[in-house]
Amino acid sequence: MPNEEIPTSVKLSKYTPYFLILPTLAYMVFFIGYPLVQGIMLAFFDEKGRFTLENVNYLLYGPGSLFWDALKYTILLAAVIIPIQVSIAFGLALLFNLRFPGKNASLYTVILPLTISDVAAGLIWYVMLGQYGFFNKILMNLGIISHPIIFFRIKDMEFIAIVITEIWRATAIVFIIIYAGLQMISHEYYEAAEVFGATTWQRFRYIVFPLLLPSLQAALIIRTLFAFQIFGVVWTLAGRDIPVLAGEAYYAQTELLRPGVASLYALIIAGLSIAVGALYIKFFKAKYLEAGM
Amino acid sequence: MSREVLVKKSDIVKYYLRKIIIAGLVAIAVTWVALPFVMTIIYALSDPDQYYDPHIVIPTRYTLEHIHKLIVLGAWNATINSVIVAVLTILFSFAIGLPAGYAFARYAFKGKDSLKLFIVALRMFPMMVIAVPLLVLYFKLGLADTLLGIALAHTAMALPFVILITSGIIAGVPVEYEEAGLVFGLNRIGAFFRITLPLALPGLAAAAIFTFIMSWNEVFIAAVLSFQNRTLPAFILNLIGGATDFIKFAGAFIMVIPALVFVFVAGKYLVRMWGITLK
Amino acid sequence: MFMGDTYMVDVHLRGVVKRFGKTIALRGIDLDINDGEFVVLLGPSGCGKTTTLRIIAGLEKPTKGKVIFGNREVTYLPPRERNISMVFQSYAVWPHMTVYDNIAFPLKIKKVPKEEIDKRVKWAAELLQISELLNRYPHQLSGGQRQRVAVARAIVVEPQVLLMDEPLSNLDALLRVKMRSEIKKLQRRIKVTTIYVTHDQVEAMTMGDRIAVMSAGKIMQVGTPWEIYNKPANVFVAGFIGSPQMNFIDVTIEEAQDGINLISSDFTIKLPQEYISLLKDYVGKTMILGIRPEHMYPIGYVPASLQKKDKIKGIVDFVEALGSDTIIHLNTGSKIIVVKTSGTYRPKIGEELEIVIDLDKIHLFDKNTEKAII
Repeated sequence: MPNEEIPTSVKLSKYTPYFLILPTLAYMVFFIGYPLVQGIMLAFFDEKGRFTLENVNYLLYGPGSLFWDALKYTILLAAVIIPIQVSIAFGLALLFNLRFPGKNASLYTVILPLTISDVAAGLIWYVMLGQYGFFNKILMNLGIISHPIIFFRIKDMEFIAIVITEIWRATAIVFIIIYAGLQMISHEYYEAAEVFGATTWQRFRYIVFPLLLPSLQAALIIRTLFAFQIFGVVWTLAGRDIPVLAGEAYYAQTELLRPGVASLYALIIAGLSIAVGALYIKFFKAKYLEAGM
Repeated sequence: MSREVLVKKSDIVKYYLRKIIIAGLVAIAVTWVALPFVMTIIYALSDPDQYYDPHIVIPTRYTLEHIHKLIVLGAWNATINSVIVAVLTILFSFAIGLPAGYAFARYAFKGKDSLKLFIVALRMFPMMVIAVPLLVLYFKLGLADTLLGIALAHTAMALPFVILITSGIIAGVPVEYEEAGLVFGLNRIGAFFRITLPLALPGLAAAAIFTFIMSWNEVFIAAVLSFQNRTLPAFILNLIGGATDFIKFAGAFIMVIPALVFVFVAGKYLVRMWGITLK
Repeated sequence: MFMGDTYMVDVHLRGVVKRFGKTIALRGIDLDINDGEFVVLLGPSGCGKTTTLRIIAGLEKPTKGKVIFGNREVTYLPPRERNISMVFQSYAVWPHMTVYDNIAFPLKIKKVPKEEIDKRVKWAAELLQISELLNRYPHQLSGGQRQRVAVARAIVVEPQVLLMDEPLSNLDALLRVKMRSEIKKLQRRIKVTTIYVTHDQVEAMTMGDRIAVMSAGKIMQVGTPWEIYNKPANVFVAGFIGSPQMNFIDVTIEEAQDGINLISSDFTIKLPQEYISLLKDYVGKTMILGIRPEHMYPIGYVPASLQKKDKIKGIVDFVEALGSDTIIHLNTGSKIIVVKTSGTYRPKIGEELEIVIDLDKIHLFDKNTEKAII
C-alpha cells in the first residue's frame, strides 16, 4: 500500500486549514448560531418551552405598539435615502477618479463620517439643525429666513433631519465601494475606447458603467441591508416620534422589559435582510461574470 | 501655424475651466462633510450666552464647562470602558480570526469557496439579532453588564471583517518570501512569525484600528448588554433622553475627536480596508 | 476589403518633447514614417518608446513639438479624431463584451450600418482565425486568443495608422514566434502604416521595415534592420543589437609603415593602409573598437571568402555549447572576448586559441561622442 509510506504528519497537514478555521466556526456557532436559535425560542416559546403567539400579539396589538409605523418608516427611510446616496456617491467616485491637487486630504475628509458612530452622527446634526444651530443662524444672518426652521418635535421635519443625517453619514460607504470598483478598472480599457473613437459620454456609457455595475450592485445590497438596521440616528434625533424596527426592539428590551418582543423585532429585521439580499442576488448578476456560456 | 495656435488656446481655456469645475465640486463635497464636524466642535465649546444669541454665528468666547459636566456625569468612565472593550475585541478577534485569514490566503482546500462566501454573507448579517438572546445567556454565565461580555459580542461582529482583511493583507505578502524561509530552515509557524508577520504588520496595525473603530462605534449591542458598565455610545444614548442641548453637544464632541485622530493616522489604510471588506 | 492606399498616411514627429513633472521622458523626437510602412520603436524599458506611441495616439499631449499625419497637424486632436487604432500591451479587450461586441465596438461608435458591421467583424475574425470564438467572453479565452481579438478590433476600422504597444510581450515563446510572422503578413496584406513598440530586438529585426532605436528619451538611430545591424551609428545601438553583445575594447590608434595599428592592452590589430584617411584625426588617441562575436573565427572555421583579416590569441575561459552555436569566452590577458562559432567546434577550457578577425566587419567609435567612425 503506497499510503503507508506517507508520514502521519504529512497526512495530517492536509487538515491544517480546517484547524485554522475551526476556532472561527466554533465561535460563530456559539455567538451567532446559538443566540439565533435562542432568539427564536424567546420570541415564540414561553418559559416552559411551549409554543406561544403572545409576543406576536403584543408586537401587533400591545399597548402603544408602533409595529406597522416602524415597518413603514424603516422601509420609507430606505426608499428615500438609498437612491439619493447612490447617486451622490456615484458622482463623487467619478470625481475622485480624476487627478486634482489635494486629493488625498479631500478623500480622507469625505470618509470621515464612516469613523463615527450613528449616535454621534445624530448628535452632530442635532447641533447643526437645532433652533440655534448653525443652519438656522447662517440663514437668518444672511437674511434668507426671518424665523428659525424648527426640525425637532415635528414629525415631518424630524423625518427630513434623519434623511439629511443619513445622507451625510452613510453616503461614504457607498462611495468607497464604487470608488474601489472604479480603481480596479484598468486604464487601458478607457484608453482603448478613446482610441477607437468613443466620446467621453460613450466611454462612460459603454465601458465604465457596465464594468462598474457589480460594484454598484454590491453597494446597493450592503446599503439596503444596513438601512434596515437604522437606529442611532433616529433615536437621537426623533426618539419614537419616527419609529423604526431597531428602535422598537431597543424600546421593547430596555423600557418594556419584554425580551421576547425585542427578539421578534430583531428577527423581523434579519428576515427582511435575508429576503432582500436574496432578491438582489437573484435579479442582479453581471452576465459576463458567469462562466461557460 | 495660426491653426495650431487656435487649437492650443481653446485647449487652454477648456483645461482651466475643467480644473475650476473639479475644484468647485471637491470643495462642495469637503465642506458638506467637514462643516458639521467643525461646528459641533465649536458649539460644544461655546459660551451659552453667545450660542443662544441668534446674531452670533461663530462664538468668540469658549468654555470647557459642558465637557466637564458630561465627564462628571460619567463620560470618563464610559470612555475607559469603550477603550477596554475595543482592545479586548481586537485581541479576541485577531486571536481567532488571524489563523482563519491565513488559511484563506495561503491554502487551497475543499470547501474554501463556500466557507469564504459564508464569511462574506455573515458580515452583512444584522448582529443586533444576537443582543437580546445573548443577554439571557449572559445572566446564566455571569457575563451580563460586564465589559468582557460586550467584547465577546463585538468579537462576533468584527470577526468576519478581521478574517477578510487579514487574508487580504497576508495574500499581499508574496508566498515566495515564506517559502524562502522554509527552504532556509524555518518551519511553517516560524516562517509565519519571522517573515510574513513582520511584513504584514503595518497592514495588520491598520486592521486593528479598523476593528477598534467598529467596536468603539457599536451602540445597539452595547446598550442592550450593559446597565451600569456602559460604553461611551451606550452611555450617551442612555443620557440624551433628558439631557440639555449642551450635554448633547458635548457628547457629540467627545465621540468625534478619536475618529478624527484615526482618520488622520490611518486614513490611507482605512480606505483600502473598506474597499476589501465591502466588495 | 481594404481599398489600398486611400487609407494610408505618413506620420511625422517634429521635435517632440514630453515632461512628466520634473522627469523628461522625451528629449526631442524627430521621426518620419512613410505610407504603409512598418516601423518598430525599439529600446530598453523607460527609453520613452511607449510615450512616443501614446503621443502619436493622442493619449498624451507633447510638452513641445508637433505630430503630423499626412499634411494635417494632429498634435492636440483627441484620439478619436485621428483615425487610428491600437493594440494595447494588456490587450484591453473589454471583459463585459463578447468577442463580437469587442470587435464591433469601433464600428458601432462610428455609426456604421448593422449589416456592414456584421460583414466587417466576420472578415476580421476570419483573417485572425477567431470566427468560432465570436460569442465568447474574454475570460473564456486564452492569452493568445485575446491577443487576436485585440488585433482584429484594431484592423476592423480600416485605420490610417495602426499602433501596437508590445502586443506580444504577454505571450509564451512559441506563440510569440508564430504571431510575429502572422502580424507581419497581415500588415503586408492590408498595407496600413504601422508603428510597433517592443524591447525585443528579434521582434524588431524580423518585423520592421525600419527600426528606430531609442534610449533615454532620444532616437539613437533609424534604419532598416540591415543598417541597424551592420552600420550601427553609435556604441548604444551597436551594443543593444546583436546577441551575444558586441565586444568593446579600448584601443589606441597608431600609424605604422604599412597600415594602422589598433593597440589594446592585450593585443594589437593591424588595419590596412586605406583606413588612414578615416582615422587620421584619431592618431595617438583612444577609440572604442567594436567586434561582433559572430565576426571572429577559430582556425579551421575561417570562411574562404574572408579578405582582410588579423589574428588575436587567448586562453579559453568558458564555453557555452548551445547546440547550433558555440560561444567561447576567450581570456586575452586583461579582457574577456566573446566569440560565436559553429556548434561543431568544442574547445577545452584552458586551451590556447588563435582567433581570426574579419576586419571588414569591425567598428570604431569615437571615445567621447560614442559615434561610429568606421
